[in-house]
Amino acid sequence: MRRLLLPGLVVAAAGALLWVLAFGVASQGADTSIEASLARGVRPPAPNQSLALPVLGSNARERLAAFRGKVVVLNVFASWCDPCKAEAPILEQEQRKLARSGATVLGVTYLDNSSDSQAFVRQEHITYPVVRDVDGTFVRSFGTTGVPETFIIDRSGRVAAVRRYQIDSGWLNQVVTPLLREHA
Amino acid sequence: MTRVGALLAVLILALSASAAGASAATPRASLTDIENDVMCVACREPLAVSQSPQANSERAFIKALIAQGQTKPEIERALVAQYGPAVLGKPPAHGFNLTVYVLPPAILLVGIIVLFVTLPRWRARERAARTATPRLDPADARRVEEDLAQFTG
Repeated sequence: MRRLLLPGLVVAAAGALLWVLAFGVASQGADTSIEASLARGVRPPAPNQSLALPVLGSNARERLAAFRGKVVVLNVFASWCDPCKAEAPILEQEQRKLARSGATVLGVTYLDNSSDSQAFVRQEHITYPVVRDVDGTFVRSFGTTGVPETFIIDRSGRVAAVRRYQIDSGWLNQVVTPLLREHA
Repeated sequence: MTRVGALLAVLILALSASAAGASAATPRASLTDIENDVMCVACREPLAVSQSPQANSERAFIKALIAQGQTKPEIERALVAQYGPAVLGKPPAHGFNLTVYVLPPAILLVGIIVLFVTLPRWRARERAARTATPRLDPADARRVEEDLAQFTG
């Protein structure tokens, strides 16, 4: 029995190390639960709606929950990202339409410094509200791993559609227009 | 005595020189130094080796802060404020990241304890095996006795 003690300890230590490694790798994986729910025809509640995020260029804070009752086009972007630059005019154009229909685009900067984000907002003539997610807590709860990503949130605060790459106006019209006719 | 005195003088000189160096103004931060200690947060690799657009943006941010005369710790704090704690090469010591700091010394400690316990036993066993007289079983002993009896008889 005592002869098995040392090999047993070594095996247990190796097992513990493998578990730590597996846990570490698994926790790095992307969360695709939103897509899985949408594939089942279920709109999942948007996560972390009460998390107060700093408004870009201001000391104020804003929560996604504050937009309840509106259709929200939540766009995660960064100033250094070329696809984000390409879709910015589409989103600004959409904002002008949405503002008349009780809806809004909400920009969330991710992996970007505030001065670059502000310069981007100025260059692209963005008029919709933009908040910053400094440590990525908010966007990671949506399964975001990069930019740009866009989430369409209905008037009840549920995610109705996702695009994890550059959007186009055709997709926006297709997913947003039916939601505008819905009531909270 | 003179040799000891000279040695002491050299030691005192060396110590005073290093103290003077330490008390001098904090050296200017350099991009190369900071790049080695921070991450490109989008590509999850050290900034020093990354050439992605996000890394270039981060580098420009660091250069601007260096130009303002900020020190390395100040720049690192500014980077955390802009990009979150993931920007630091060394992860913060809480949650799962704690394993990075706890596991290596724990493994080393366990290894030392195992060696401390097992090495004396192995050595004792080896010593005993070297000094012990081999014992013959009765059948072999009888055969040896018979063989010897033939030669001596």
